[in-house]
Amino acid sequence: MEQILEVKDLHVSFNTYAGEVKAVRGVSFELNKGETLAFVGESGCGKTVTAKAILRLLKPPFAEIKEGSQILYQGRDVVHMDKKALSSYRGEEVSMIFQDPMTSLNPTMKIGKQIMESLRIHKHISKQEARKEAIELLRLVNIPSPETRVDSYPHELSGGMRQRVMIAIALACSPNILIADEPTTALDVTIQIQIMDLLKDLKTKLGTAIILVTHDLGVVANFADRVQVMYAGQVLERGTTKEIFEDSRHPYTWALLSSVPTLAKESKQELYALKGTPPDLILPLNHCPFAARCEHCMQICKERNPAETVLSETHRVSCWLQHPDAPRTLTFNGKEARS
Amino acid sequence: MSETNTARQTDNIIEVTDLCKYFRVSRKATLKAVDHVNLTIRRGETLGLVGESGCGKTTCGRTMIRLYNPTSGTVKFNGQDISKLSGKELLQFKKNAQIIFQDPYASLDPRMTIGEIISEGMNVHFHYSEEEKRQRVNDLLHRVGLSQDYANRFAHELSGGQRQRIGIARALAVEPQFIVCDEPISALDVSIQAQVVNLLIKLQREDQLTYLFISHDLAMVKHISDRVGVMYLGNLVELSSNVALYDHPLHPYTKALISAIPTADPEEDMSARQIKLEGEVPSPINPPEGCRFRQRCRYACDRCAQETPALREVKPGHFVACHRCEELDEHPEENQ
Repeated sequence: MEQILEVKDLHVSFNTYAGEVKAVRGVSFELNKGETLAFVGESGCGKTVTAKAILRLLKPPFAEIKEGSQILYQGRDVVHMDKKALSSYRGEEVSMIFQDPMTSLNPTMKIGKQIMESLRIHKHISKQEARKEAIELLRLVNIPSPETRVDSYPHELSGGMRQRVMIAIALACSPNILIADEPTTALDVTIQIQIMDLLKDLKTKLGTAIILVTHDLGVVANFADRVQVMYAGQVLERGTTKEIFEDSRHPYTWALLSSVPTLAKESKQELYALKGTPPDLILPLNHCPFAARCEHCMQICKERNPAETVLSETHRVSCWLQHPDAPRTLTFNGKEARS
Repeated sequence: MSETNTARQTDNIIEVTDLCKYFRVSRKATLKAVDHVNLTIRRGETLGLVGESGCGKTTCGRTMIRLYNPTSGTVKFNGQDISKLSGKELLQFKKNAQIIFQDPYASLDPRMTIGEIISEGMNVHFHYSEEEKRQRVNDLLHRVGLSQDYANRFAHELSGGQRQRIGIARALAVEPQFIVCDEPISALDVSIQAQVVNLLIKLQREDQLTYLFISHDLAMVKHISDRVGVMYLGNLVELSSNVALYDHPLHPYTKALISAIPTADPEEDMSARQIKLEGEVPSPINPPEGCRFRQRCRYACDRCAQETPALREVKPGHFVACHRCEELDEHPEENQ
């Protein structure tokens, strides 16, 4: 598999009046061509910030990518890219679909013009050609009668349609990586399926790698190839979708998986609920970030951060339970936590 | 009032008959948010109400507790028609029927302390002394799992889950019988959702509360509800016990809706069982004639275009509004 993006030891901080909020604390991962990688975690765990850092969308001086962080796109350093290189990198190489289709389109511009905007900037083509291509893109994302729709304003479209337009804009210059930040959170289930199918379709058609940022485990199970579970700005566990859903080794992953009701579970039973709240990201954290809420917390967890244990080529977990001296623990589905 | 009538009263806390709520959007256009809905809610049960956005579930819930006045039809609460209430009776009704709102960020007054927010309803309905009131607020905070220090804080100091707990405490403050939970968890994180749902179930057991649980999260509705109603474009299309509805849905829309729930199981091939719906929900301003679902329904026939299907009892306790649900149930493949 060909690797197209590599992130090494990414640290992102926000400078606020209250102090420095360390939103991302040492995230490393790689993305291969044509695969879907999902970032999963609660709000505030740094998944969106990581995604935005890849596109350098975080605004300095309020937000800063710390010294020593590396983002390499096909070997090119993204962190220190100049303005010119950055503008061709964004849109042509990597693009993003935002969470809220209601607010991320410009309400005063026709949707055709919004799609044409990026085509004209990156491809240097005439208005007529750009319009033609915009219509083709609308057809690609399954918008009915694209010839007339190209002249509608965002308010004339429904939420699902707007999300399709967002996807069309993101795909305009056929990028290699598409970052989808909660693409279906604002949509209904039946529309959610249509959008996820569309993304799946486009992935096979165009070979685009997708970074899917979401908290919906159902979407992840059906859509992602690999998953990384994030918490308080760190990656706690990563693996293929199968490894995460069937053989997860981190207590936080267990908590996430068992707190969602499924259709198979008995009704009105108490759902597993995590106690407490995520740690304050202003404070320094030099122990396991999940220690305070973890049912299996040991003394060492409150003192030192666990190193990443390699379980298989793809499956890695940062948890002290993997240490040879840790007590025997069963995972939430009754398997041995340490193999 | 005869004896049978009183018996029925104790059975159903809410009886909704032919309820319509229209909004006039311009001189010519009327938005039919809720159109001829019939349903009953039994005392002590949780009725789940699901459907896509814009299908009228929130309007339906709000009309039931008279936050909106119905355009036509009646809502009976403990046998009393609520649209005719006024003065003291209305006050009494509002004490008995409460609501928990969707957005915990927008539904708490940022300038009031948590204690003031919770006790506001008590000031109207009960005559507590200051001391009693403080005691009561502390009890309520304790019941929703917060410490009493929160009484002097402001809403902006709390997280989403904590705010939603305040919303619940505020509803409980006036000792209601019936609570409309309008998407109480959709703004919260997964792990916090579980906490809030567990709390709602616990409170229901303690106080014998009746809930109308409105949500678009079908898995969560299955978890919390005894019976579930499915709405589509202002109509109630199916109403049944939770098990029957999820295991054996009869209306084509419910089937599609349930098949669209993504399951957290990577082994399962979702596309195999999925029923894909074409297109999107039409506008409720000029809804299609006849069955409102027919344009997206692959079983639609001529009759569906002419006649609006009424909600009828197809199996005991299982109500469906579809002309063809029996034949589809018997021969699902032939009719595709």
